Amino acid sequence: MKRRLFHRPNARIGATLIVVMLIAAAFGVMYTPYDPIINNLHMRLVAPSALHWLGTDEWGRDVFSRLLNGASVSVLVSFSTVLVSVASGALIGALTGYFGGWPSRIVMLFVDALLAFPSLIMALGVIAVFGASSMGVIAALSLTYIPAVARVVRANVLSLREKEYVEASRIMGNAELYTMLRHALPNAVAPIIVLATALFGWALLAESALSFLGLGVPPPASSWGGMLADSRNYVSEAPWLAIAPGLAISLSLLGVNLFGDALRDEFDPYMKNLG
Amino acid sequence: MLTYVAKRILLAIPTLLIVAIAVFAMLHLIPGDPAQLMLGDLENPEALARLHTELGLDRPLVVQFAMWIGRALHGDLGVSIVQQRPVLDMLLDAFAVTASIVVPAVAIAALLAIPLGMLAAWKQNTKVDAGLMMLAIVFLSIPSFWLGLLFLMFFGLKLDLFPVVGYVSPFGNFREGVSYLVMPVMSLALIETGVIVRMARASTIEVLRLEYITHARAKGLSEPIVALRHALKNTLAPTWTVIGLTLGSLLGGAVVTETVFTIPGIGRLLVDSIFARDYPVVQGALLFITAIYVGVNLLIDLSYPLFDPRVRLS
Repeated sequence: MKRRLFHRPNARIGATLIVVMLIAAAFGVMYTPYDPIINNLHMRLVAPSALHWLGTDEWGRDVFSRLLNGASVSVLVSFSTVLVSVASGALIGALTGYFGGWPSRIVMLFVDALLAFPSLIMALGVIAVFGASSMGVIAALSLTYIPAVARVVRANVLSLREKEYVEASRIMGNAELYTMLRHALPNAVAPIIVLATALFGWALLAESALSFLGLGVPPPASSWGGMLADSRNYVSEAPWLAIAPGLAISLSLLGVNLFGDALRDEFDPYMKNLG
Repeated sequence: MLTYVAKRILLAIPTLLIVAIAVFAMLHLIPGDPAQLMLGDLENPEALARLHTELGLDRPLVVQFAMWIGRALHGDLGVSIVQQRPVLDMLLDAFAVTASIVVPAVAIAALLAIPLGMLAAWKQNTKVDAGLMMLAIVFLSIPSFWLGLLFLMFFGLKLDLFPVVGYVSPFGNFREGVSYLVMPVMSLALIETGVIVRMARASTIEVLRLEYITHARAKGLSEPIVALRHALKNTLAPTWTVIGLTLGSLLGGAVVTETVFTIPGIGRLLVDSIFARDYPVVQGALLFITAIYVGVNLLIDLSYPLFDPRVRLS
């Protein structure tokens, strides 16, 4: 499967962009050419040069360093969001799909109600309660995506439950929970991976949107959305401030979207011609 | 038909009820006295005591919820702490602004995306198809706030074609209003085109596989006639769902675009109220936006038979 996946040019471009994003994030944690947070007011709004590849911002901070630092924030927040929402969503979906009955129906009623919120609006509501912080963003976005994961996993487990090998495990006297975790859930992994890739893209976009609104990761930590928001005050004097973070978000998202599409086509050949 | 409509509307009620519970619970999850939160930083024991009885804070939570939802159903969403205006009035004003951007944007996106999606499907696996789909995924990957910012820098500042920030109602002064709308509408429309074009292409490919299309072609009908008279209608049904979802979520959530262009829409109102801790407005906006979203989706569901008579509404 792996070899075939990378036969697709879109998968290769997507994977390359994702790897670049991850390398930038790793540098953002370990090494940046300048300090991304400390001000240097002698160097305010310097245009891109050999010293400052992408120029400096209104506080004299190196834009390239802030971009690397922002990559690590974006990747960390998005990855944690995917982890939390997939783990909880899969658990809810698997339990309700496998065991059914009235408790499941009540849980799904709540899941469906959560789906009734437009996602960014729900995230804003959660942040209104918990406040703007990395943890707040992760909690808000996870809560927004759990219903979608639960729905997909539940649908898959519902059909897997009727398969012979699940029946066989039950007849062999295995406990229900064991059968579900050992035999039903692993076979729902492919759709979960496809969904998780899409979720990563959604989380990346939502995180930058929240930061752009000033309700994401709080300053002075750099975030791509926050950098874009700050750049608005200097669009005529320092247009480079608006170009770099926007390109960073767009290219990362393009990578995730291209790779996600290829992944989906590979797991679900029927969709190949449709996407 | 009527039973279906009634059933579909009844099904939306538990959803909205749970949404209302969540929004109500919100104020009680924030540490502190809800009445004091409602009053903001105001030090006024008298007003505090009055609000306590008004909200029924000394009564059980269930009673408080019932009182709150009862008032909300009568259109009383409370009064804004910051502006001292009824919340519902503020929401309706802001909603009209948002709708004047979102409705044209989604309409333009649909009018661009449906023909382009059908074209891509007709030319499936050719360069035209690949090019259009690449373009779609690129636009899909650009955040609307960045595209808006680029428009603002290029068309607004560099070429000086359109006013950069603010909003004038096109219903008051049409010419001026439209000049303020062009950039926000175009930046939203281009991105949504990317979303809708993929769906339009996918559903056209589905339809092209069906026998009645082969039959129509075998009759010797020209391709444009096959496309317009036979394929279009069936292509529209699934695409319509995506258009509806887009419309519903943007009506409540064009918040980033509104922020870029400083437009006093409903998303901006919600965010400003979160910053100002104006909780009556936050609660009202969350409730209002979700009701709009659920309502638009309901209308979309109910309109299916217009496109596809095979959908029997029973």
